[in-house]
Amino acid sequence: MQFPILTFIVFTPMAAGLLILLIPGERKREVRVAALAAGIIALVLTVWLYFSYDVAAGGYQFVENYPWLPALGISYQVGVDGMNTPLVLLTGVVMFTGVLISWNIDDRPREFFFFLFLLATGVFGVFVALDLFMLIFFYEIAVFPMYLLIAIWGWKVTREYAAMKLTLYLFIGSVIALIGILAMYFASGLGTFNMLALEGAGFSTTFQKIWFPFVFFGFAVLGGIFPFHNWSPDGHVAAPTAVSMFHAGVLMKLGAFAALRVGIMLMPEGAKFHMPWIILLTLVNVVYGAFIASVQSDFKYVIGFSSVSHMGLVLMGFATLNRDGFLGAGVQMFSHGVMTALFFAVVGLVYDQVHTREIPSLGGLSKVMPLVAVAFIVGGLVSMGMPGFSGFIAEFPIFMGLWRDNPLIAIIAAISIVITASYIFRIVGQVFFGKIPDKFKDHVHDIKAFDKIALVFLSIILIIVGIYPSILVPLVDSGVNNVLRLLGGA
Amino acid sequence: MILNASMFLPILPEILLVALGAVVLILDLVLPKKQHRNIGWVTAAGMGVILLLSIPARPETEPSLVWGGMLRHDWLGFSFTMLFIFGAGITALFAMDFKKLGHRGEFYLLMIVSTIGMALMVSAADLVMLYLAIETTAIPLYILAGFFIRDDKSTEAGFKYFLFGAMTSAIMLYGFSLLFGFAGTTNIYQIAQSVREGGLPAGALIGSMLLVLVGFSFKIAGVPFHFWSPDVYEGSPTPVAGFLSTASKAAGFVVLLRFMMVVFPDITLQWGAVITAMSVATMTLGNLLALTQKNIKRMLAYSSIAHAGYALIGVAVISQVGVSSMVYYLIVYLVTNLAAFGIVASCGRITGSDEMTAYYGMSRRSPWLALALLVALLSLAGMPPLGGFVAKFFVFAAAVDANMIWLAVIGVLNAIIGMYYYLTVLKYVYLYRSEDEEKPLLVTRPQKLAITVLTVGIILIGTVLVPWFNWATTAAASVF
Amino acid sequence: MDFILNHLLTLILFFPVLAALILFILPSELKILQRWTAFVLSIIPLILSLVLWFNFKSGEPGFQFQEIYTWYSPINASYHVGVDGISLILVLLTTLLTPLAILTSFTITDRIKAYMILFFLLELGMLGVFMTLDLLLFFVFWEFGLVPMYFLINQWGSEKGEREIWGGRRIKSRTYASYKFILFTMTGSLGLLLAIQLIGVTAGTFDLVLLTERWVSLDTSLFNIPVHTVKTIAFWAFVIAFAVKVPVWPFHTWLPDAHTEAPTAGSMILAGVLLKLGAYGFLRLVLPLYPQESKYFAGALAFLAVVSIIHGALAAYGQTDFKRLVAYSSVNHMGFVVLGIAAAAFAVGTQNATIALEGVVLQMFNHGLSAAGMFFLVGVIYDRTHTRDLSEFGGFFPLIPVYGGILIFTSMASLGLPGLNGFISEFLVVRGAWPVFTIYTALAMIGLFFTGAYILKGIKMTLHGPLNTRWVGRLTEINGRELLVIIPLMILMLWIGVWPAWILGVINKAVMTLY
Repeated sequence: MQFPILTFIVFTPMAAGLLILLIPGERKREVRVAALAAGIIALVLTVWLYFSYDVAAGGYQFVENYPWLPALGISYQVGVDGMNTPLVLLTGVVMFTGVLISWNIDDRPREFFFFLFLLATGVFGVFVALDLFMLIFFYEIAVFPMYLLIAIWGWKVTREYAAMKLTLYLFIGSVIALIGILAMYFASGLGTFNMLALEGAGFSTTFQKIWFPFVFFGFAVLGGIFPFHNWSPDGHVAAPTAVSMFHAGVLMKLGAFAALRVGIMLMPEGAKFHMPWIILLTLVNVVYGAFIASVQSDFKYVIGFSSVSHMGLVLMGFATLNRDGFLGAGVQMFSHGVMTALFFAVVGLVYDQVHTREIPSLGGLSKVMPLVAVAFIVGGLVSMGMPGFSGFIAEFPIFMGLWRDNPLIAIIAAISIVITASYIFRIVGQVFFGKIPDKFKDHVHDIKAFDKIALVFLSIILIIVGIYPSILVPLVDSGVNNVLRLLGGA
Repeated sequence: MILNASMFLPILPEILLVALGAVVLILDLVLPKKQHRNIGWVTAAGMGVILLLSIPARPETEPSLVWGGMLRHDWLGFSFTMLFIFGAGITALFAMDFKKLGHRGEFYLLMIVSTIGMALMVSAADLVMLYLAIETTAIPLYILAGFFIRDDKSTEAGFKYFLFGAMTSAIMLYGFSLLFGFAGTTNIYQIAQSVREGGLPAGALIGSMLLVLVGFSFKIAGVPFHFWSPDVYEGSPTPVAGFLSTASKAAGFVVLLRFMMVVFPDITLQWGAVITAMSVATMTLGNLLALTQKNIKRMLAYSSIAHAGYALIGVAVISQVGVSSMVYYLIVYLVTNLAAFGIVASCGRITGSDEMTAYYGMSRRSPWLALALLVALLSLAGMPPLGGFVAKFFVFAAAVDANMIWLAVIGVLNAIIGMYYYLTVLKYVYLYRSEDEEKPLLVTRPQKLAITVLTVGIILIGTVLVPWFNWATTAAASVF
Repeated sequence: MDFILNHLLTLILFFPVLAALILFILPSELKILQRWTAFVLSIIPLILSLVLWFNFKSGEPGFQFQEIYTWYSPINASYHVGVDGISLILVLLTTLLTPLAILTSFTITDRIKAYMILFFLLELGMLGVFMTLDLLLFFVFWEFGLVPMYFLINQWGSEKGEREIWGGRRIKSRTYASYKFILFTMTGSLGLLLAIQLIGVTAGTFDLVLLTERWVSLDTSLFNIPVHTVKTIAFWAFVIAFAVKVPVWPFHTWLPDAHTEAPTAGSMILAGVLLKLGAYGFLRLVLPLYPQESKYFAGALAFLAVVSIIHGALAAYGQTDFKRLVAYSSVNHMGFVVLGIAAAAFAVGTQNATIALEGVVLQMFNHGLSAAGMFFLVGVIYDRTHTRDLSEFGGFFPLIPVYGGILIFTSMASLGLPGLNGFISEFLVVRGAWPVFTIYTALAMIGLFFTGAYILKGIKMTLHGPLNTRWVGRLTEINGRELLVIIPLMILMLWIGVWPAWILGVINKAVMTLY
């Protein structure tokens, strides 16, 4: 029997979280070291998984299947294909860097890391699940720690409101999707929650037309689809740094991924029927998100809305229902995940020192924290789809996908690129260059080594994917094949 | 009728409970006052022993009527008997360190008697037996609810509970007598027989169904017969409230289920509609009212009402899947709500308050207790990997399976409202600060034990699905 | 050696990255070490491109030194590089100007390391555009080059000057200029991006060699729109992107701001190489991919070119800021490039077209030399006076005769004095364009007249006239390092002016075999 790597990946954070709980609360240093160890283990495991996935063979690999509740056809079944392998890696990366960035959390770090790792287990579980029950099970595990993480360790002004809003939005989405999943379960008549089996269930077209929106929107809420995106910027802003990283970096992918896996892949006819109007929603996401981001003066809101815009691109890629679109969306999920984690890390590091996020009141920070400035610039270039960075690799195929059937949408969506460029350059100029305000002069200093490691690590990933897409793209492409197979080779 | 050992086997748990009651009574007499607290240990341990000893008493797969048709020895009854015994044991642990409660032998005795009543309730197959069992359950509970006689609220609770209980049980009794009058027998299976043969006019059937339902609805605190529960829960000693809201309610559910399924299979359409309406009303009202509560016991009371609504979905869909989902739901609910009330009891014992404000900063005072509360509340909210999630999943699945998707949607919307107020409590616990943060909440050993057992139980039910599911399915199968 | 020859282009292209990395690890205190390391490292691509130059077989048609590797396989984009005569010359120009610009930048004292790294990245972007034979990769480098330039202007640009923007807020001129630069060019390339996507989708490949066959011969309808409409739209998307960069009137307004505010070396590269990217885009992409559309719209293009020439010249004449004057002269000179391209597009296949294109390519090279030289010389004087206001200058010749001589020499090259390089290329362009667009060319000659006027004005107001005594004693003669920068440029100007055959030979073959 092969080493059950996926199971290890899924449960490493949970086990680490439980271990951390056993450490006495006042021994904060030990808690942090244990958390870092867990982060490193998870990272190593995911990297190993990433590179041992056999692209040439394609399909689902590292499959493990254990019965869970055979009477209802519920099983613990995990496996990865080209679509989710990068997302698993992404989660490992964000978890590792998130721990580094959270090193300075001083209020109950034990509980913080416990909840954070619980969240990570949920995320891993969803990404690797091949069973619908398991998927929704882990999906909700990923949702609720968010509430506590934001409410307890978040930004004092809005945390209660934002945490509740976020949790309720996501919970509504997930239970709506749950009903859709149950409907699929019973309609298939197969008596199984196994997604691979349900792929061949042959749901009637009418069924798919009715139920596709339930499942798709239920999950896409977490992907930030317009008009259900409202929770996301508030949540991002209120969350503590590592949680924002997780939230925007990984959790939103969770929604998009589940919408793809359950919505599009299991109900392709429904997708074909509904996507022509859903694509308009995603267009609103992309353009409106970018526009709103450009008029924010709060640093974190800018990033929050830019996430809405970028996740719109992911969903837009899905909505094209063709190879290029899916490919781009797959890459974008990874790229945006790393990028936005980097962004939020930067914002968090800046905020920790200056205690404000009002862009006009900042300035000249590149002189004291040059690496932060560089990291933000790298993230910004990715965000505007600058060639040479991963954002371009991701966005280009999405647009190509749009051209095939929706040339007009491609043209309109492209406006967002310029808007993004304009606000990114504006922020870079205002926050990092120019004169440093006197009130910050004395107490602002450079960031710590751990933070530097995190920033450099994330930046390098973005650049590597940008200049050497072959490291990621063929993998995603093989995953796209899987999707297209179900869509009838469209 | 010749007595033999095999006839006693089906009522072995009840016999053992009586024995335990006797032991408790004797101990109450012989033990010095200071040691009375230890009766709690005896009760809890006794309950544990009974659980083990009852294993041989488990029913065959084929259900059988015993004791002249008074009782039905089947998995449904047996399972719930076991759950009640478990619940009573846990309650004993929680109550032990309440001075005026756990130090008095009669508390334990009353609880044991009530448990016997419940055990008989869930197996009763005869109208007379059923009524007796219901009253055996209820009367000790009336007393328990008003146990703190010097406390106005407690007295009020006992009295209110008693008045409501008496009235609804009278209405139910009227229904029983109608049934008896038309069918000429008190055995519900024989009534069912004569109903099938068309012995009853439809109007009478529906009328008696409604009357009977009133009594059961009171037990499960279903809308519109829920008024008593918040006041009673608030007023009665917290461990008692926990027991009331779980065991007693679950017993009511089983009776409701059995009675409806067995006696009224011909008018499923009618009672199905009534139960559906009640389910919707119960969960919606319960949740909405829970939103505004400032007292955690009242909040839990309304949430218990709401949970009755969810569980009713399982009855309303009238299918085997539905019934087994209901059974699963009740198992989870019993464990979870016991935990919630238990933690509230443990906290209230020290803080002396059940207001939400008493929970501010709890995680700083006692991180483990806070974590246990988190587990309990999130399970109530329906979050994995806790039992509540799986329970809700099954109930909604049953609704979808029965093509009552709208019901599932209403359930889902309610779950969201529920989420809101559970999270609000967690917010108080984890986020808000209080002046007493330096004072840890000391949880006594029996409470620790109980909370640990329940918390682990919640997680086990939520993750290891097979045994519980099989149990629920077997129990459900025996109804049909 | 074989390895070097086989991977010559890749080596040239990515050596700047290596250089940037080496600089990155240097300790940040050792400023002199950083400067010299940067300079020495920047010489190496020049040497490599000289190797390229001498190993290039100008007689052979097509692209040489091709390398092709998988890059982005799912959408059929590959790392495909290769050079023909046109790109060869521009590669040489780039690798030549970069060390000179770095040498010029020795006066920079603020964050040298970052500055030099950005310069190398800029070089990477420019070289990439000239070398790549893959449309997607072209865009990658095309856009990538903007970023370092943005930061060079934004961070190391002129310290002085403020501008009011909407809302009455005042920001630094360099901030304004850099912002305008990046937004103009990015918006311009947005259409290019979309058109490239369109092409990629319809043709299924981004390889230029394949595209010239597939895309050009495409004649089915796309999106229910006749294909020639789609192509026309795509054509204009390309043209606008490149026109912004060249820049052609009316897309030129970013240029004077950017040039004025950029540091001297930045201006040198901006005028010397970056503007050529646009013209190169016309040659490499627009003409081959849209032969019919180019022919059809050549008149319009020629019109814009002529307006650029005249407008550029007149605007330059009107400036009092020396750097702005030189900046507008770029608009003027690059107008000739576009005019030649338009003529060639219209008269495709004829002798005239070939001559015009020869002129175009040579003009690109020449303008690279002279514009870089002019900006450098403006920078030299700015370093000493800290002003660029022509009215404060005057009578410098007696103070700094060597500088004066060099300025006159370079100005004359820029003006197109026979015997220097500018004359050859402008003559070729005019010769090629005259039979094709007689009236336009005639009008352009009027523009050429004004060219003379503004250049002479610049010389007059700097070197001649009454001496502004403020500068006496403060104005020092051009120093050795500065001479090292300008002398190679002057040699080339003279060499091409006197004996252009060596470079025309290479261009000629390329132009003939391509079109």
